[in-house]
Amino acid sequence: MSAKNKVSRRKFIVRGGLGAVGLLAVGTYVFRNPIRRSVLEVAETLVPPYSGSGMSANLWFEITEDNTVKLYSPKVEMGQGTFTGLAQMVADEMDLTMEQVEVVGAATDTGVVDALSTGGSLSVAQLWDPLRELAATMREMLKTEAANKLGTTPDQLTTEKGIASNGSQSLTYAEIAKGVQEWTIPDAPDLRPRSAHKFVGQPVKRVDLAPKVFGDPIFGQDAVLPDMLHACIVRPEHIGATLASFDASEASSMPGVVQVVDKKDWIGIVAESYPQALAAKAKLRVEWDIPKVWTEAEIREMLTVGQGNKMVTQKAGSALDPEDPEVFSLEFSSPIGAHAQMEPNGAVAHVEGDKATIIISTQVIGITQNQVADALGIPKENVNVIPTYLGGGFGRRLNTNHAVRAAQLSQAVGKPVKYFFTRKEEFQNDTFRPPTHHIVRGKLNDAGQLSGLEHHYASGDVAINSVIMPAALHTILGTDVGAMRGGNIQYDLIPNHRAVQWHTTLPFATSWWRSLGLLANTFAIESFVDEMALRAEQDPVAFRLSQISDEGEGKRLKAVIEKAGEHYREGARDGRAMGFAASIDTGTPCAQVVDLSVKDGNLTIHKVVCVMDCGIAVNPDQVKAQCEGAINMGISAAMHEKMTIDEGRLFPTIYGAYEMALMKHSPRDIEVILLEGVDRPLPVGEPPLGPIGAALGNALRRITGQRFTDLPIKLT
Amino acid sequence: MKVSFTLNGAPTEVETDEQTPLLWVLRDQLDLKGTKFGCGKAACGACTVQVDGTAIRSCSYAIKFAEGKNIRTIEGLGNRDNPHPVQQAWMDFVVPQCGYCQPGFMMATAALLEKVPKPTDEDIDRNIVNVCRCGTYTRMRKAIHRAAELHQSQNLKK
Repeated sequence: MSAKNKVSRRKFIVRGGLGAVGLLAVGTYVFRNPIRRSVLEVAETLVPPYSGSGMSANLWFEITEDNTVKLYSPKVEMGQGTFTGLAQMVADEMDLTMEQVEVVGAATDTGVVDALSTGGSLSVAQLWDPLRELAATMREMLKTEAANKLGTTPDQLTTEKGIASNGSQSLTYAEIAKGVQEWTIPDAPDLRPRSAHKFVGQPVKRVDLAPKVFGDPIFGQDAVLPDMLHACIVRPEHIGATLASFDASEASSMPGVVQVVDKKDWIGIVAESYPQALAAKAKLRVEWDIPKVWTEAEIREMLTVGQGNKMVTQKAGSALDPEDPEVFSLEFSSPIGAHAQMEPNGAVAHVEGDKATIIISTQVIGITQNQVADALGIPKENVNVIPTYLGGGFGRRLNTNHAVRAAQLSQAVGKPVKYFFTRKEEFQNDTFRPPTHHIVRGKLNDAGQLSGLEHHYASGDVAINSVIMPAALHTILGTDVGAMRGGNIQYDLIPNHRAVQWHTTLPFATSWWRSLGLLANTFAIESFVDEMALRAEQDPVAFRLSQISDEGEGKRLKAVIEKAGEHYREGARDGRAMGFAASIDTGTPCAQVVDLSVKDGNLTIHKVVCVMDCGIAVNPDQVKAQCEGAINMGISAAMHEKMTIDEGRLFPTIYGAYEMALMKHSPRDIEVILLEGVDRPLPVGEPPLGPIGAALGNALRRITGQRFTDLPIKLT
Repeated sequence: MKVSFTLNGAPTEVETDEQTPLLWVLRDQLDLKGTKFGCGKAACGACTVQVDGTAIRSCSYAIKFAEGKNIRTIEGLGNRDNPHPVQQAWMDFVVPQCGYCQPGFMMATAALLEKVPKPTDEDIDRNIVNVCRCGTYTRMRKAIHRAAELHQSQNLKK
């Protein structure tokens, strides 16, 4: 365990409660992001640590009278299974059953929240050391206190299923904790070895399974406060448009309308019900200033290799000469991508005087707290942000400043207000996955090996201009570290290889989308490498393996390629073929084999084999679920999804028109094989999105003879 | 206007504008939050409920059409003590990720099984056309086949 990840035991504070006892600790572990670390060590020192709302202490655990240990999670649950993984870790270190652990999302008033974000596939990986140490510390505290109560010593006690026992006498954790005013904090507790884990490493069922199967009201959309009103907002459809004037006379007199709130640059409509608010919105007459009507071609032109801010992100050997007749090159592109998460963004807000309560589906609890406090001009300690379960995140909820508007509307009407986006607003005001353009060049030597490989890529903002990245970081790094994901060449034995990023900020917001640049970058590089293997008349698996060293993560990357290669068969038969691709992202290598067929222009994906090395799989079933989900989302992005610019507006604005993979498009079978190349958990949720696009294209190349270079792939 | 219908087995009456979508009556007047708002245009299926046994998208179903109908939502499909076969299968295969779209999928699946007790993959592809952004389709397909088995054996016992 690194020193930085250690929880400071000095800062444990324990407080007796009425009927319940809380163990309180100030979290001092530092955010460690392998993405940024891989770029420059400087990132680590710039990112703030976890923190609460400035209270003197923050709650991690609570033992309730029914002998349940409540974990206040600093990370939110958006489907990735983090709550379940954390519960498994706590159960093992505290000797509890899974049923004795309850995980709730910490609010800024009640617990330690992540001051930055839930994202980057990092939650379980990041909390692996500190949470287990906290739980083990709590276990030893309970044993020490139990020994006091039973008149024995802690070493005479064993703990199991929430009970401490010396063989003849026993106490439940709740009995131990009851009435304790001062706890003895032990020295560094021993963490349970792997061999002692009962739950970590097992496919236990999700802790949120029943609430999600029986339709419990667990999402931000479901939040209700007494006397709550409903609101919608009027906003421009055109990129860059601003409010010129409006006439609310008709809208104000519509049934149920409480107030049309004029905020100068935007208008809110508050009504007794959401349909009433929408009906009034339709009657509002608004004039917009539209300084420029953007076209698709203009956006494309801005995002072309050679345009914008250039940064060499990787360099070995010398550059290829594009004029060299032996240099082969291909151009690739990917479109604007929408998050299209199922739960629209919104918030329930209640502002009372200088205090605010925000109930919200968000990946950025701490940042949302700051945004609301700043907008209302109140101390951030006065803003309680209560996170709910998220109806999908995928990076969309890394910017939830709409909480500010909900708060301002509540302030205007003096009552709680629920405000959320319509689906059209979601599609037009997304923080999109930026479109990309790629030129990949390569040269084969006489032995049929790559002597050079270059990836030149242009992208809009991913990390740059994001609220979760300190602005200073970009000045230091000069590159968009999000767009860079998957952009570098993983074949380090190629003597001449480099990656060059071209960055341009577009006139509409682009930002984090699950796996960031990985999807498009890997599509470009792995499609190109496949093409070079065909030109060299080599097996695509062996071709890849021969150009990766054992240095760094090379061994683990080769291991997943080798394992997946066992499932690969070259060549097309009767319109059916396999495609192979591999990538490494945030330290997690992943290789995939797609088996598909094309009949009468229709694609059927029979099977995807996914081999991934994410180290310890805390919950192998949920790691597999993440792979399955990423593969389906990747198929959707690679084969279907595309936003365009239609006379200055983002288009389409509804599911269906925004084509996405449905049941009929999904693979009939997905087989996930997990390798454990390191003895700690690594990121899981995004890495399996890397290879899928290229693997699809590579299989289609064998069936059609055509090299697909533009996403989404359209079969003609 | 006043509208009367049967909701999850119980007689129910609401007073509202006749054009109000059933979705908002369920969610905000009757406080049944299991039925979800996804798009408001019947394009995603997150709001799927059953009206007289048929899966419909409640965001685009005006409340006036509910008069005299038998409406079933996820809250009336089953419960923790007595889950519907679809819910049991969903738990057996750990289908949900974020979970937001799942009630709509389960309501659509339960309606399908009443009409097609043993659906083929093609039946599933044709009839289960909701959107799931987490990409749980592959597990869901397995769960639907399992639910069909559970449903049939349950019917045999009756």
